[in-house]
Amino acid sequence: MNTNMFIKLIVTAGALLLSITASAGTLEDVKKRGHLVCGVNNGVPGFSAPDDKGRMQGIDADVCYATAAAVLGDASKVEFTPLTAKERFTALSSGEVDVLSRNTTHTLHRDAALGLNFTYYNYIDGQGFMVKKDLGVKRALELDGAAICIQQGTTTELNLADYFRANNMQYKPIGYETAPQTRDGFDKGACDVLTSDKSQLAAHRTELKDPTSAIILPETISKEPLGPVVRQGDDVWFNIVKWVVYAMINAEEAGINSRNVDKLRENSDDPNIKRILGVEGEMGKNLQLSNDWAYNIIKQVGNYGESYSRNVEPLGLARKGSVNALWTRGGVLYAPPIR
Amino acid sequence: MKQDTKHTAPATPWHRDPAVRALVFQALLVLVVAWSLGTIFSNTITNLESRGIHTGFDFLDEVAPFAVGFSPFIEFILGESTYWDVFLIGIQNTMIVSFLGIIAATLLGFIIGIMRLSPNWLVSKIASVYIETFRNIPLLLQIMFWNFAIFLPTLPGPRQSLSLGESLFLNNRGLYLPKPVVENEAGTWVVVISAIAAVIACGVLYRWARRRKDQTGQSFPIFSISLLIIVLLPMTVYFIAGNPIAAELPELKRFNFEGGMQMPLPLFSLWFALTTYTAAFIGETVRGGILAVDHGQTEAANSLGLRRGQVLRLVVIPQALRVIIPPTISQFLNLTKNSSLAVAVAYEELVNIWSGIALNQTGQALVIIAMTIVVYETLSLATSAILNFYNARIQLVER
Repeated sequence: MNTNMFIKLIVTAGALLLSITASAGTLEDVKKRGHLVCGVNNGVPGFSAPDDKGRMQGIDADVCYATAAAVLGDASKVEFTPLTAKERFTALSSGEVDVLSRNTTHTLHRDAALGLNFTYYNYIDGQGFMVKKDLGVKRALELDGAAICIQQGTTTELNLADYFRANNMQYKPIGYETAPQTRDGFDKGACDVLTSDKSQLAAHRTELKDPTSAIILPETISKEPLGPVVRQGDDVWFNIVKWVVYAMINAEEAGINSRNVDKLRENSDDPNIKRILGVEGEMGKNLQLSNDWAYNIIKQVGNYGESYSRNVEPLGLARKGSVNALWTRGGVLYAPPIR
Repeated sequence: MKQDTKHTAPATPWHRDPAVRALVFQALLVLVVAWSLGTIFSNTITNLESRGIHTGFDFLDEVAPFAVGFSPFIEFILGESTYWDVFLIGIQNTMIVSFLGIIAATLLGFIIGIMRLSPNWLVSKIASVYIETFRNIPLLLQIMFWNFAIFLPTLPGPRQSLSLGESLFLNNRGLYLPKPVVENEAGTWVVVISAIAAVIACGVLYRWARRRKDQTGQSFPIFSISLLIIVLLPMTVYFIAGNPIAAELPELKRFNFEGGMQMPLPLFSLWFALTTYTAAFIGETVRGGILAVDHGQTEAANSLGLRRGQVLRLVVIPQALRVIIPPTISQFLNLTKNSSLAVAVAYEELVNIWSGIALNQTGQALVIIAMTIVVYETLSLATSAILNFYNARIQLVER
């Protein structure tokens, strides 16, 4: 064997290994790549599901579009990676996706032990039960002994166990990997009950063969604050994703939407609006972005209210009077000020 | 002489000496491999630390915060069973479906393989179609097919269950059987001992029959007599001992049957799919093995006046087995590993509940995946060890 070739081989192998070791910040990676890789759910209408043209739609998908708009100036530069609940954290930790926007519940364990950082909430949910109407079940406490379809790797799985333990009831878990499989199992009779976040139940119900054959029970058994997640240890990127969500909420609060954003950028005298839209101050620079970051989000994706009414409203989940309303309207969505 | 060597082969510099070069390169290779592994290891540790992830085996003692539905031999108690229990249940369920699958696939595979060689056109074509169909459809699809297209739509719901003698029920959740319950412990022991005694008696009988055949050439209906002993003896003892074992019948409650022995539907979906899929491969192996036996053997057996069944059983298959067994071992290993596709139909085996649910709920990817690898490695090595032992025994012994 040729000595030179051998040395070359070693050097190449070494270089390859080193390139794996060296990891720049996520922001630089995204900019260099030219697009954002976003981990989403593989099919929950209203959150992230492809429409008839194959474009990903939903309130979670909008966070991806908004992040791409803020970082790259173009909301369309997103590559979606559909992930199951089980895969999602590994995919995020291993760097397969830049941000995980996949109706993920914020919990202490995930925050502290899995090396994740939760940004803010783009939907506040709670777990419920959907049952076949012909079983005649009216309340969750009547579910003792039921077979329950559930998506694996979710907090839902844990809440369910807690709820049944606390009420001294038994159940048979039928755990599937993806949301569509879970719905399919329920629809085809593999179980009596489907449990999930209530927003997802509403979405699943619309997709049953006969939506009227199932009812959603009134109980809400858990708190499910859902929001985008990033890897721990990259504060610059953490700040960006966090403020992307804040910006969408702040824009709604300030009355900026995709239709009036150009006009307001030209003629608004409100210093708050001027700061948000980057006319005044260096807000974008602080985030290591361009100053029109929030303008791009609002112009190309819209504010939080627009995203909600476009995606979640059609599922029959009214925002008015719910926790997902702005704090000024009786809800709990409260974004820190952009200043 | 000395001078001669010097002239014909001048002292080679050390870096041209093939022996030295070989050593140097091998040492370098070892260094590169060690360095790569070291880098991967330290990289992992650094990354885990920088993200604040603690890894270790401590979580195994924690109470599992989720439920496991199917565990026939290890009791799962929600709120008491730990992650370690979940791990054991995962192994148990993997072993159950693999065991059932291996038995069924071997039987079906043998039948299919022999059918394919049948002189009957229809029979051999049926076998060919079977093999070409099941071998060429991805296993995952077959698992989903059995579950979502066959069992779930065709079987009735729990309230309309099919029943056999009001003690055996079948519905779209699974199969519900009476469960033996020990009522009188001493009596049960007597029955168990009598069953063991029956098996031993059959063994003795078998040896005697063989010796007699070797000496006199007379054959003895060993199979039917043994069956009779194994069934009749424990049954007689059972009745004499005053029915020490009772049956717990499954009972229809609000949602489904409770009590008794339960086999969930996903087990059947997975078992059927693994069986039909693997049997197609085993069938081909069997066919190959039989064809490998020289045709003269069959002709010789025919000319001795043996019937077709006897030709196969006494002459062809014993010789074919040594060709059939080695590739069949890998089919068994494949089947065991393929059982990890269970999550598609919610059967709770190792990959599903351990490297799936437990991994996700604890975040201990390194430890959990490593433990899973060790389990599959052990199962595979054990399976091949057993079969290699069997293979060595049936090999042709050269005299």
